Amino acid sequence: MKDIAEIRSDFPILERMVYGKPLVYFDNGATTQKPQSVIDSVNDVLTSYNGNIHRGVHYLSDMSSEAFENARQKVASFINAEKKEEIIFTSGTTGSINTLAFSFGERYVKSGDEIIISYLEHHANIVPWQMLCERKGALLKVIPINENGGIIIEEYYKLLSSRTKLVSVTQVSNALGTILPVAEIIKAAHQMNIPVMVDGAQGIQHGVVDVETMDCDFYAFSGHKVYGPTGIGILYGKGKWLSELPPYQGGGDMVDKVTFEKTTYNQLPFKFEAGTMNYPGAIGLAAALDYVTGIGRENISVREKELLQYATEKLTAIDGLRIYGTSANKISTISFLLRGIHQYDTGMVLDKMGIAVRTGTHCAQPVMDYFGIDGSVRASFCFYNTTEEIDSLVIGIEKVKSMFA
Amino acid sequence: MTISEIQDNIIDEFSLFDDWMDKYNLLIDMGKDVPPIDPKYKIKDFLIEGCQSKVWLRPDFDGCLITFTADSDAIITRGIVSLLIKVLSGRTPGEIISTELYFIDRIGLRQNLSPTRSNGLLSMVRQMKLYAMAYDAKQKQN
Repeated sequence: MKDIAEIRSDFPILERMVYGKPLVYFDNGATTQKPQSVIDSVNDVLTSYNGNIHRGVHYLSDMSSEAFENARQKVASFINAEKKEEIIFTSGTTGSINTLAFSFGERYVKSGDEIIISYLEHHANIVPWQMLCERKGALLKVIPINENGGIIIEEYYKLLSSRTKLVSVTQVSNALGTILPVAEIIKAAHQMNIPVMVDGAQGIQHGVVDVETMDCDFYAFSGHKVYGPTGIGILYGKGKWLSELPPYQGGGDMVDKVTFEKTTYNQLPFKFEAGTMNYPGAIGLAAALDYVTGIGRENISVREKELLQYATEKLTAIDGLRIYGTSANKISTISFLLRGIHQYDTGMVLDKMGIAVRTGTHCAQPVMDYFGIDGSVRASFCFYNTTEEIDSLVIGIEKVKSMFA
Repeated sequence: MTISEIQDNIIDEFSLFDDWMDKYNLLIDMGKDVPPIDPKYKIKDFLIEGCQSKVWLRPDFDGCLITFTADSDAIITRGIVSLLIKVLSGRTPGEIISTELYFIDRIGLRQNLSPTRSNGLLSMVRQMKLYAMAYDAKQKQN
């Protein structure tokens, strides 16, 4: 593995100062920074071969179409999908889940049916299903959690029934960092022939994701959380499912033959890709996946576990600090509060010390409600972070305490 | 003092500090000076909910001037709330409607009023103006 100085030099933004202090970027759960190779690849499309994909007969269109389809293949290989046609480009995880909620719902969900999610979901994996349930008169069932911030798996088994049409769970809680036992969830659902969708927005960047081994039916993630550009995301679906589902949006490129009487749809994956796709984003995402592969996903996982352990020890030692989400199985994210101090105050002071954290409900209000809090401070680390930066966070927290005591 | 004079005073007070922590300490102190809102008014009717912090705002109109009392669950937000009260409370509806709030920008706290920050402060300013408009309309009716 490259050494840390070398890794950090791949990310130009990490060298910058904020308010005259070196940036400490601990908001990787919200979005990750981009290595130079990703920036170069997007720049290269726009500078050298921009042409609309799948449309032109000309040289530039051919070049960008080829790069776009190569990106699709790269994503397929990265998550070990069987075929590249199983990879749908979307605008992000939210776009992916909305696509699935609509298409799956239209085809399979009717009044009285049930969709299972967990208490740990990001709003993006709650609201699209609620909207579907409202449209169809279906019911949303929620797997409860315990005080460690893990799901209660026994309760999940009780929720599964012949009425269950789909299980949609997050791989990792964005608010707490808990890793869910998705393999177990999938296995139990499959025994009853129920498909499972996995929200990988917080999972894809922290280790090896293999959809074949995991055996999920659908998997969604965002480019910008795995060191790629914003505005590009992936919906993976097993071919047998995707070919059965109706398209989500209508428009150019997703059609086979259009007449005013009837339109027939294009084959997979284009059926789900109406209008001009964000091909610079897709090409940038491919560069990001190359970068991650170059660093090594096992290496990333090991390094981030070390950072989590170091930070957990340091933060636990701070008097008056409570960590929310204490499961043994976590990614490198720590959600916390200081006794008697509002998360917004903590975040505002840390910000002025150059430390970027997230504060608020993390688009996961039910999780906050469970713990009876209005929000928390979330520090999310990744492999380019250092133990020295964690030390800076500790100093920052002590400063916060001294100001608001 | 006119509203502009009060705003200028605040700007002068903050101009003494270059360091952000000093500015925040000043805000924290100012927050302590806010007369606490009567707990019975800390209810949904007077709550301005943001995703980052909450603000409670209650107007009291005596037929001539509007007095505002307010609070926040975050201390820095309460400090900024106290500044808004200092500037806009005890004024006529007409004054409140026509006031241009320039001090926030000048003391470097503009980011706290950005629509995306959603700490309730931008909504608080809007709400203060809305109350003023409502009382203004009511006055004109009478």
